[in-house]
Amino acid sequence: MAKYFAKRLLLAVPTLFGVTLLVFTMVRLIPGDIVDMLVPADIYVGPEYRAQMRAMYGLDQPIYVQYVRWISQVAQGNLGSSLRNNEPIAKTLITRLPLTMELAFFSVVLSALVAIPLGIVSAVKRNSVVDFVARVLAMFGLSVPSFWLASMLLLVTSVVLHWQPDLRLVPLWQDPLTNLSQLAMPIVALSLALMAIVMRMTRSAMLEVLRQDYMQTARAKGLLPRVIMVRHALRNAFIPVLTVLGIQIGGLLGGTVVIEQIFGLPGVGRTLLEGVTARDYPVIQGTVLFIAVVFVVVNLVVDLLYAAVDPRIKYG
Amino acid sequence: MSAATLAIPRGRVAPPTFWARLRREVRRYPIGFLGLAIVLVVVLLALTADWITPYDPAWQIDERLTPPNADYVLGLDEFGRDVYSRVIYGARVSLYAGVVSVVLIALPVGTVLGVLAGYFRGWVDTILSRIVDVMFAFPSIILAIAIVGIFGASLTNAMIAIGIVYAPTFARIARGSTLSVANLDYITASRTIGAKHARIIWRHVLPNIAAPLIVQTTLALSTAILFEAALSFLGLGTQPPTPSWGTMLGTGRRYMELAPWTAIYPGLAIMITVLGFNLAGDGLRDALDPRLREG
Repeated sequence: MAKYFAKRLLLAVPTLFGVTLLVFTMVRLIPGDIVDMLVPADIYVGPEYRAQMRAMYGLDQPIYVQYVRWISQVAQGNLGSSLRNNEPIAKTLITRLPLTMELAFFSVVLSALVAIPLGIVSAVKRNSVVDFVARVLAMFGLSVPSFWLASMLLLVTSVVLHWQPDLRLVPLWQDPLTNLSQLAMPIVALSLALMAIVMRMTRSAMLEVLRQDYMQTARAKGLLPRVIMVRHALRNAFIPVLTVLGIQIGGLLGGTVVIEQIFGLPGVGRTLLEGVTARDYPVIQGTVLFIAVVFVVVNLVVDLLYAAVDPRIKYG
Repeated sequence: MSAATLAIPRGRVAPPTFWARLRREVRRYPIGFLGLAIVLVVVLLALTADWITPYDPAWQIDERLTPPNADYVLGLDEFGRDVYSRVIYGARVSLYAGVVSVVLIALPVGTVLGVLAGYFRGWVDTILSRIVDVMFAFPSIILAIAIVGIFGASLTNAMIAIGIVYAPTFARIARGSTLSVANLDYITASRTIGAKHARIIWRHVLPNIAAPLIVQTTLALSTAILFEAALSFLGLGTQPPTPSWGTMLGTGRRYMELAPWTAIYPGLAIMITVLGFNLAGDGLRDALDPRLREG
């Protein structure tokens, strides 16, 4: 087990290195550099001043020196400062991360609670009305744009139900109920597509398991259907479902960008959009790197978790 | 008995006609064909937009946010433009963005990289696989937003971004499929008779890995359309006044309480189109790879 963990951790290192390299290169592909951003060409400041500024930002150094400087700063938790308000980017992201994580976490929980039972029933009662309805709903779930669903939820609640959540967000630890009622719509909008994916995955995993010989053996042994279902079918069908859920937690970090924007929630995704709108490159660079690192770490944790759940994985 | 009667035995069944075969396939994969029908309708609407829309999509009528009525079946938007005409023209932008980003960028780039990695293996595979791993380390929409954010908001940049984001998926599928066919006897035989790598890849590898790539293309088209809409919704894709479903939804949202039709119909259009591609992709997957068949 320890060997598998170590191997998996080591494999994450080149990926993370590649991520930093890509993010670093991406920002340097912009025509001009940060000095041209700060002091546009139409402002005459003289070439000496520009050269001085370039030296200050280390832009006169060879590219690999710039990378090493940047990466050593990143390793110390310094993602630079915003061009707009000079605020340290890392601080902004750390303050905003809990909200994004909360959205992603509750979306996964809600999806699992709805989709897994639905997928099981759909597989067990294959080709029944329930199965048909569940599959049609899943197909719609996959096709509805989350931003449209979010807009429609806002429309229905405000125009039809005359209800609007308080605009001032109450933190989860202060008042969990109020917080969840405020985040209910974003969570529902975010989780619909995931529900569809998880439902389809649960259904096909269950169908696959139900076809296996050991299921027939279990029935032949005279085990109760409930025992067969829980001990033999569900346990085996859960592995691919967990995999999908795991992958999707990271994916939801991306999905939150649009949802945070619609509901005006100050999360990590919104920081990225603010950076993009203001063409604040250090913010784009820092936020993308931050999200990618969180994504890699989440995937790593999920990988390690199901190695713990399924002993077959580490021998694979 | 004459030679002719020997050659053609009596009662021989004529080969099924095209329509008979089509009917049989439709009965086998009804959902897939439903998807295909939806896609074809959307394509047809996009192609005939000039003739089937009553107004120019950019033409501003002297009224604002008029509800749907006999003259403007889906109402008017905040600039007094006909929502119906804009939704129909929006199909062009969505399909164009989907096809360019997936069929012209992601599919060829990903396939070339994946086939090279799977066929030559060794250091080529190591380097390309690491690049793909790194690309997968970003949630796709984040990477797309970052690319558009850096190079500027436009439909072209959005399509390039979506293409770049999807290329690794195609590379991974192409690599896996190539690995599984590269050691088969007919490839070894071709190599033995001295066929060049390029010829082996073109004549033997590509045709045999096409099925999963075609399925992925159809499914990727649906997500690419969603992505373009999402980027345009955020103001990072198609720029006004070009009628794009995402942009229409993004601006219509501001007037939603007053004029819900400005946001409802573009969203419905996205949903129906994406649903069509999803159903067609599912059907295609069932038809091309019966092992994956769900039902």
